[in-house]
Amino acid sequence: MEKFGVLNATAAPLNLANVDTDKIIPARFLKTIKRSGLGVHLFAGLRYEDNGAENPEFVLNQQKYRKAEILVAGENFGCGSSREHAPWALLDFGIKCVIAPSFADIFHGNCFKNGILPIVLPAAICEQLMADAAMGTNAKITVDLERQVVVRPDGTEIAFEVDAFRKHCLLNGLDDIGLTLEHAAAIDAYEASQPGWQPAISGV
Amino acid sequence: MTARTLFDKIWDAHVVERMGDGTCVLYIDRHLVHEVTSPQAFEGLRAAGRGVRRVDATIAVVDHNIPTDVDRLNGINEPESALQIATLERNVAEFGVPYFPVADARQGIVHVIGPEQGISLPGMTIVCGDSHTSTHGAMGALAFGIGTSEVEHVLATQTLLQKPAKNMLMRVDGVLPPGCSAKDIILAIIGKIGTAGGTGHVIEYAGEAIRALDMAGRMTVCNMSIEAGARAGLIAPDEVTFAYIKGRPFAPKGPDFEKAVEYWSSLPSDAGAVYDKTVVLDAAEIVPQVSWGTSPEAVVPITGVVPDPAAEADEGKRAQLVRMLEYMGLQAGEKLAGLPVDVVFIGSCTNSRIEDLRSAARVAHGRHVADGVRALVVPGSGLVKRQAEEEGLDKVFLEAGFEWREAGCSMCLGMNPDKLTPGQRCASTSNRNFEGRQGPWGRTHLLSPAMAAAAAVTGVLTDVRELA
Repeated sequence: MEKFGVLNATAAPLNLANVDTDKIIPARFLKTIKRSGLGVHLFAGLRYEDNGAENPEFVLNQQKYRKAEILVAGENFGCGSSREHAPWALLDFGIKCVIAPSFADIFHGNCFKNGILPIVLPAAICEQLMADAAMGTNAKITVDLERQVVVRPDGTEIAFEVDAFRKHCLLNGLDDIGLTLEHAAAIDAYEASQPGWQPAISGV
Repeated sequence: MTARTLFDKIWDAHVVERMGDGTCVLYIDRHLVHEVTSPQAFEGLRAAGRGVRRVDATIAVVDHNIPTDVDRLNGINEPESALQIATLERNVAEFGVPYFPVADARQGIVHVIGPEQGISLPGMTIVCGDSHTSTHGAMGALAFGIGTSEVEHVLATQTLLQKPAKNMLMRVDGVLPPGCSAKDIILAIIGKIGTAGGTGHVIEYAGEAIRALDMAGRMTVCNMSIEAGARAGLIAPDEVTFAYIKGRPFAPKGPDFEKAVEYWSSLPSDAGAVYDKTVVLDAAEIVPQVSWGTSPEAVVPITGVVPDPAAEADEGKRAQLVRMLEYMGLQAGEKLAGLPVDVVFIGSCTNSRIEDLRSAARVAHGRHVADGVRALVVPGSGLVKRQAEEEGLDKVFLEAGFEWREAGCSMCLGMNPDKLTPGQRCASTSNRNFEGRQGPWGRTHLLSPAMAAAAAVTGVLTDVRELA
């Protein structure tokens, strides 16, 4: 996983509440056995017309947002299906940070596993950032994870909260499995302590 | 000792290690694997030279993209689906994971077969790379959906790194009126608390109306916990649970079963246990529900009308409501009852168990699917299908003009040949009405199996109570 440094980038505004993961990446694009290449299908239903042509009104189709790396979104972003294809598609498009008043739990967790930083900020502040984002490439937003601040184009700093362990993993690009395997002895001991009536799935 | 909730007890029993910041290494008892969210996880194991830590706690099955016609036994036409299924078969063989192949009667939707086989048991932690894993909470287990990175994590370590959720009590008092079912309870709950109402929480469903549900009904309720924003839903195990489990293939047997019941009986929340949030609903006030929009919270009684976005103060939410109306082809103030449907889908991990099929068959019996309507019945597993055929339900459906299909996720999510064409309106017993969920530009109305059958035979959204 790539380390998350200081991000200074264009932010795209997506002022819709309850954007679900089917909207981020429809199920018909989940028939892949790879993690990469999903960016082209990101927000497919919103981004493309029936005939496959780009919908010129959709934010990410506008010239100034084609290289956006930050998404400012509405509340309960990422609700619905647990598909990790949602953060994979965002990342493949180039989005490294999503800012919203709230996120659905599974999507929020999946972001961290892929080097994407989801930032929760109050709705009023998200509205200000939405207005900043509306200025396109003229107004870049900075996200400094180490200092836990979002810096608006006018220099105003907004502090945000992030789980200390997840911050550590993101800053250092750490793989959870490697960290967990440091607890292998404790896992062995736990398994040895389990009651004998617990059935195994065998003889299938 | 402090009074604990059902969730607290299961959580505490699975903490391998608790770290300074409260993150826990949480042991996972059961891992259900399917073809869509696992290929990248197995690939990750292979790249790191890791194996599956406990194949005897893991079960794999194909459900999401498998076609539901009998021809599927002769191979799958769609190359990407065929590759994904072949990849799963290669992975389970290479890593030694138990697997129900498509030709096995035990194949079916992962959230149907877990309880059906006695694989999902009370007090367990159960995960799957699918958000509707919450279904298994009906057994009194802590069951939740995970992403593919976590699928790999569980395969490699049999644990997850997690922080405990908050406790929410959803008490449904009273007696459910005739014509209503578990589906109407959960849709009414989501309509009340919203799709983010349970975020950060595990919902424990309790109260007279929940206790009165059979296991299939409890699974329907827990299934849609994720649509209320909660990662998991739970119902305390009781005599109904134990009777359901007894004799199932992978459940404990003989003296082990007695020991298990003794432990399971200790799991219900203690008197005086504290919940972070409590919501109470009166079952007697529930009317058959139907969704009108593209979010499960956009739900009204069948006697109701499409709401007016102008009444919404928040700009982001108003924009969402306006888009919903446009997408669904509806006007504010329009009545739901009487709206013509093109397709009816009875199936999915929410409503494809034998009890659901019986409920739909009672309405279909002696009637016929309306002209121009396509109606599908898709059992949740090969065993559900077999039992339905033994009871003659297949004949009821076939004589009424329904299609009787093979087990799978089918039209719930548009990943297999069963999907809506653009603009089609569908009365569906599934769980999500998101844009394009059942196929690009398809329009979904969520409802119960009985309500779906009523829509099939009348050709319009119908209050099933009027067909009695």
